[in-house]
Amino acid sequence: MRNVEYNLIVNTVEKMCMDANYFLPEDTFNAIRNSYEIEESETARSILEKCIENAEIAANENMAICQDTGLAVFFIKLGVDVRIVNGRTGLIYDAVNDGVASGYEKGFLRKSVLSDPLYDRKNTGNNLPAVIHMELTDGEAIEIIIAPKGGGAENMSRLAMLAPSDGEKGIIDFVVETVRKAGGNPCPPVVLGVGIGGNFENSALLAKKALLWPAGERNSDERYDRLEKLILDKVNNTGIGPQGLGGRVTCLSVHIEWQPCHLASLPVAVNINCHAHRHVKVVI
Amino acid sequence: MIRKITAPLDENVIRSLNAGDEILLSGIIFTGRDAAHKRLCSLIDKGDSLPVDLNGAVIYFVGPAPSKPGKVIGSAGPTTSYRMDSYSPLLIEKAALKGMIGKGQRSEKVKDSMKKHCAVYFAAIGGAGALMSKCIVKSEIVAYEDLGPEAIRRLEVVDMPLIVATDCYGNDLYETGPAGYSKE
Repeated sequence: MRNVEYNLIVNTVEKMCMDANYFLPEDTFNAIRNSYEIEESETARSILEKCIENAEIAANENMAICQDTGLAVFFIKLGVDVRIVNGRTGLIYDAVNDGVASGYEKGFLRKSVLSDPLYDRKNTGNNLPAVIHMELTDGEAIEIIIAPKGGGAENMSRLAMLAPSDGEKGIIDFVVETVRKAGGNPCPPVVLGVGIGGNFENSALLAKKALLWPAGERNSDERYDRLEKLILDKVNNTGIGPQGLGGRVTCLSVHIEWQPCHLASLPVAVNINCHAHRHVKVVI
Repeated sequence: MIRKITAPLDENVIRSLNAGDEILLSGIIFTGRDAAHKRLCSLIDKGDSLPVDLNGAVIYFVGPAPSKPGKVIGSAGPTTSYRMDSYSPLLIEKAALKGMIGKGQRSEKVKDSMKKHCAVYFAAIGGAGALMSKCIVKSEIVAYEDLGPEAIRRLEVVDMPLIVATDCYGNDLYETGPAGYSKE
């Protein structure tokens, strides 16, 4: 059994909130720079140039890349031999939420969480609650990934319960249709997280998980790697382009996570991320 | 040279703008998102006066990040405009709103109203909030402070880089731009 100080988690998460929002990951930065090289539209090139300049300003001045600093979304792997000590509780959920509240306050990050989705819609004032996905693993480590998620791209995400006979074509058509419907709204060039299989709720979670990969990461399964490439080409052939104003580059990277599923089903979920493809991982 | 224009907007200037033009905007603009739009429209519905004068004005759809000490404003890029589609025509028709800044395509109803009343819609670069904040030299909350990031702010901007997305003739770069690069 390893004892981990509650405040160590709070302080780690606090810093992760700021880092994720100030510093565009290198993989994303490179993907945007590469897309600038292949873009043909003058307007689109000017947009991509400003995206690069924006990331440099944010990093140099420690300010948010985008004002929508998002819901704080976490994927955590908690070793079963970890005990959290000396905190107001022994729960990792509380420690992470405490870290988010102080990180968003001290980091001058926008608080974007409303208390009630339908009636009150009152800002909670501290960006809480965070969205926390937890997995138990062997050992004594805590792996924490934060991926702040803005509303614009999240709103354009979709899920479908396809018929198994829809097959590969059904998946491709649904993903391309999702991107086309989204147009300029999710701030293209986008990154697409696609979840295939599982059940209704798991396909969505798979899609979100796929967004944790670095932009440009190859799929380890060559069948899905091929499918990712097919989708990427089709999406870029739409001509939607950066910000939806026309161009060659609509999507930077497609990532597919898959899982076994029911014999009657072919669930597919598409989670869209904007070009501010933010993620930070820390292991305690 | 990229053309420079000034807000509030003059109708002659609006008529000279075409979808696809890159421009630099300076002058006074207001911020407003969903919640502020809802309040403004309910005041108009009741026949009450508005807390800000929108005659000739430009509204920037933005909810900025908090400003650090000594800074004018935090990161301040555009939010998605379709959420304002149900409110914009009323502001254009009843309050003489002349310009909007956001991201993403507008509805036919908004475009019709822009055509009829000579208004323009600019696209700012979504996700470039740090860059956009550099163009804002003054910021003050002028209404609905209780809405936090959604409060209405009066901004003084200098050379804000924008693209004319929909002009007052109904031309829409969200339609014509992608059509030019589609390989389908």
